[in-house]
Amino acid sequence: MYLSKIRVTLRKSILDPQGKAVEHAIGSLGLLGVGEVRMGKYIELKVDSRNETAARNTTEEVCKKLLANPVMEDYHFEIEKLP
Amino acid sequence: MNTAKVKFGVVVFPGSNCDHDAYYVCKKIFRQDTVFLWHKEADLKDVDVVILPGGFSYGDYLRCGAIARFSPVMSEVVRFANRGGTVLGICNGFQILLEAGLLPGVLLRNASLQFVCKFVNIRVENAGTRFTNGCTEGEVLQIPVAHGEGNYFVDHDTLKHLEDNNLIVFKYSDADGRITDSANPNGSLANIAGIVNQEGNVTGMMPHPERASDPLLRHIDGQKIFRSLIESIISRVEGDVPTYAEIGRS
Repeated sequence: MYLSKIRVTLRKSILDPQGKAVEHAIGSLGLLGVGEVRMGKYIELKVDSRNETAARNTTEEVCKKLLANPVMEDYHFEIEKLP
Repeated sequence: MNTAKVKFGVVVFPGSNCDHDAYYVCKKIFRQDTVFLWHKEADLKDVDVVILPGGFSYGDYLRCGAIARFSPVMSEVVRFANRGGTVLGICNGFQILLEAGLLPGVLLRNASLQFVCKFVNIRVENAGTRFTNGCTEGEVLQIPVAHGEGNYFVDHDTLKHLEDNNLIVFKYSDADGRITDSANPNGSLANIAGIVNQEGNVTGMMPHPERASDPLLRHIDGQKIFRSLIESIISRVEGDVPTYAEIGRS
């Protein structure tokens, strides 16, 4: 059994108004030097596969077909082997 | 008097909330045959037009329209559309059409981050579609929007493709038809409010024509879209075109 830890983020070219709003809020905390806030999603799922390559392929397919919309989002994931 | 009728199918997803409004306009205002299509049923009941209504299908989980796309009815809608069937997606329905790949692009969070619910002006950019042929090019319609994610976006090449092929059907404008930033309620690229596919049978739009179709509510510009559809479908079947007066006032 493998655990996929997936991050879905807006592509660099896409304006992230939600991130901007959070950035403004951080500004009003009076903290300096914090910027370029980007919001995203974090998704975990368990994959029952023979090996890590198979788990990786399955995760890739789920990301591509459902979890991320390639027009506006990128995805990254890590695979962890569960004991 | 032309008695031919168009059969409309309004898809009902869990979370749809404009399905009854669309049904009401087709059935009661225009007196056309109209049925609901339940999301779990892969049967389109021989309809001529599929309407994907507004709402929050599947709670807008993951992304607007992302889950609805995988419902049994949507495989049939995609097949229907690929065979040339007429499909109109309104608001959440537009989002679903994009997720299903029937139209290009995405709808991002409104630039203001606010849910926008108000009447807007939209200019008819293409009056040659079966959804708009009762309008004239450049005509301004007053139709309400109600959405949090209606900020249309596509990459530069796709935008050019839309423009070069006259696939932009509606743009947000001011009352005089000027395309301005202040007339844009959500930050949509090029003020795009609605588009059509290359084949001309699938349209998605953010404004709600079904909310501006009942004379009791005083705004009836939305009728033009339903009238256009009814007229073009009946004329295709029968080869003769009933007048506007005959449609919807029988």
